[in-house]
Amino acid sequence: MSLPPVDETKEPAAISGLPEAPSARPQSNEAPKSPAYRRYLKRQRRRTLFIQLSRLLLLAGLLALWEIAARLRWVDSMLTSKPSQIFSSFRELTVEGDLLKHTWTTGLEMLVGIALSMAAGTLIAILFWWSTYASKILEPYIVVLNALPKVALGPIFYIWLGDRYSIYGMAIAISIIVTIMMIESGFKELAKTKLKLMESFGATRLQMLKMVMLPASVPNFIATLKVNVGLTLVGVIMGEFLSSKAGLGYLIIYGGQVFQMNLVMVSVCMLALMSVVAYGVVNWIGNLLMKKYHYEG
Amino acid sequence: MGVPQIEMRDVGLSYFSPKHETEALRDIRLEVKAGEFISIVGPSGCGKSTLLSLVSGMLKPTRGEVLLMGERVNGVSPRVGYMLQHDHLFEWRDVLSNLLVGAEVRRIDKKKAKEKALYLLERYGLGGFAHHSPSQLSGGMRQRVALVRTLVAEPDILLLDEPFSALDFQTRLTLADDVHHIIKEQGKTAILVTHDIPEAITMADRVLVMSKRPSTFSASYDIVFDEGPDLTPWRKREAGRFQEYFNGIWKELDAHVASAG
Repeated sequence: MSLPPVDETKEPAAISGLPEAPSARPQSNEAPKSPAYRRYLKRQRRRTLFIQLSRLLLLAGLLALWEIAARLRWVDSMLTSKPSQIFSSFRELTVEGDLLKHTWTTGLEMLVGIALSMAAGTLIAILFWWSTYASKILEPYIVVLNALPKVALGPIFYIWLGDRYSIYGMAIAISIIVTIMMIESGFKELAKTKLKLMESFGATRLQMLKMVMLPASVPNFIATLKVNVGLTLVGVIMGEFLSSKAGLGYLIIYGGQVFQMNLVMVSVCMLALMSVVAYGVVNWIGNLLMKKYHYEG
Repeated sequence: MGVPQIEMRDVGLSYFSPKHETEALRDIRLEVKAGEFISIVGPSGCGKSTLLSLVSGMLKPTRGEVLLMGERVNGVSPRVGYMLQHDHLFEWRDVLSNLLVGAEVRRIDKKKAKEKALYLLERYGLGGFAHHSPSQLSGGMRQRVALVRTLVAEPDILLLDEPFSALDFQTRLTLADDVHHIIKEQGKTAILVTHDIPEAITMADRVLVMSKRPSTFSASYDIVFDEGPDLTPWRKREAGRFQEYFNGIWKELDAHVASAG
C-alpha cells in the first residue's frame, strides 16, 4: 500500500523583485505543447520583455531629461549637477582620486556591521528563548531601545569608541534590535509547533536548539539578514556622517560642505550600486541555504 | 499477574493561572497490562491529551502518582514513545535522518538505530523512501514515518494523541489498519486518545470514556468480538457487536455533553 510520492513542483516565487520569469514549467519532453499553451508562453515572454525595456527606457528618459534641463539652464546645474558631469567626475575620482578606496571602506564597515549584529542579535534571541526570566526582565529595555532614535547616541559612540569604531557602534545600534525581535519571534513560532516532539523524547534545551531551532530558523535568518543589510548600511552611513575620515558617507558630507554636487551625486550612485550588490549577494546566499536545507519543494 | 505496565493511582491535575485554578483531572485510576491496547474517548477539552502527558512524564500530577512498571514517573521516560496529531517531520532532514531524531536525543547507538530504522521502513512499505524529503510523501506516509520514528527509540509504551485526525477519511481507515498491525506485531502497549468512537472501538482491547471537566473515567468497555480476536480494525467495523458498542459509548458520551450544555 505504498502511495506514489506527491511531487508538486512549485512555481518559484518571485521573491527577488526581478520580473517573473516566463513560466518555464518542466513540461516533460514527450508532451507536445498545445497551440494555446504556446501562444500563452509567447505572450508571457513578450510581457516580460516589455517590462524590462520600459524600465531601461524610464531610466534613460530621466537621465536625458536631467541632462537637457541642466544644459538648457532650466535648472541651475550648480545645484543639480548633471549626468555627463557625474560620469566624468566618476572617471576622474576612480582613476586619480580614491573613490574606490572610500567605497571599499564603507563596504567593509557594512560587512563587519552585518556580521556583528547578526551574531549578537542571534545570541541574544537565543538567550531570550533559553531563559524566560531573562526575556521578561529585559523586555521593557528592548522596547525602549527600539523606540529610541539611535542617531541620538552618535556623540556617545564617538566619545567612547573614537572616530573609527563609533561607525560600528552606530551600525549595530540601528540594526540589532530589529534583528533580535525578528529572530525571537521566529523562535516563538517554532516553540509553539516543532518542539512538542522534542519534548516527548525528553530532549534538553541544547538539543532542541541544535536539532530544531537553528535549522528550522533558516528561512527566518535569511529574511532577517535582508532587513539587516539595509539597516546596517543606514547605520554605517549615519556613523560616517557623524564622524569619520573615509567612506562614502564622509564623501557625501564633505562634498556637501564644499558645495561639490558632482562628488555628492557620484557617492550616492556608488552607494546605490553597493546596496544592489549587497542585496544580490544576500539573495544568492539565501537561495543556496534554502536549497541546502530543503526548503524548496 | 505481574505489575501493570502503566498504573495511575488517584491522579489529579489542576492548572493554575493568576486568576483561575482549573481542575482538569480528578481521581484517575487506571491499570494497563503489557501488550494491551486501550482507547480513551471523551468530550473535547476533557483532558485526554493531558492524561497522555502525565503518562509520558511531560507533566507532573498535582495529586496521586503515575507508575510505569511499578516505578514512579519522574521526567520523560525512555520507555514511552509519543505519536502526535501532527507528524512534525523536519523538512531539513530526509526521511531516514528524521527517523533518527529520537535516537539522537536519547543518545542511542547510531548504527543500531539506523539498522532498526531501515528494517522498519522496509517492513512497513516505505523501503524506497529513506532518502526522500518529507515534503515528497503523502499525509498517510508521513504519519507512518512518524510512527516508525517513535519505534526506533524503542519504547515499550506508545501514546497516540489523535494521530489520524489530520488525515482524510480514506487514508485514516487504511492507516488505522496499518498502525494497529504494526503496534500488535511489535508487541507494544498503547494508549490511543481520540474523539472518533468507531476508531476507538476498532483499534483497542478496551475503551475508556471520560467525563467532562473535572474529568474522570465514567465507563469502561472490554471490546470482544465473536468473530475472533485477530480482526483488523476495518473488519471490526462490520463485526456483529460493533454497533452495540458504538451505541453504548455514544449514549455515555451524550450524557456528558448534555449535562455540560
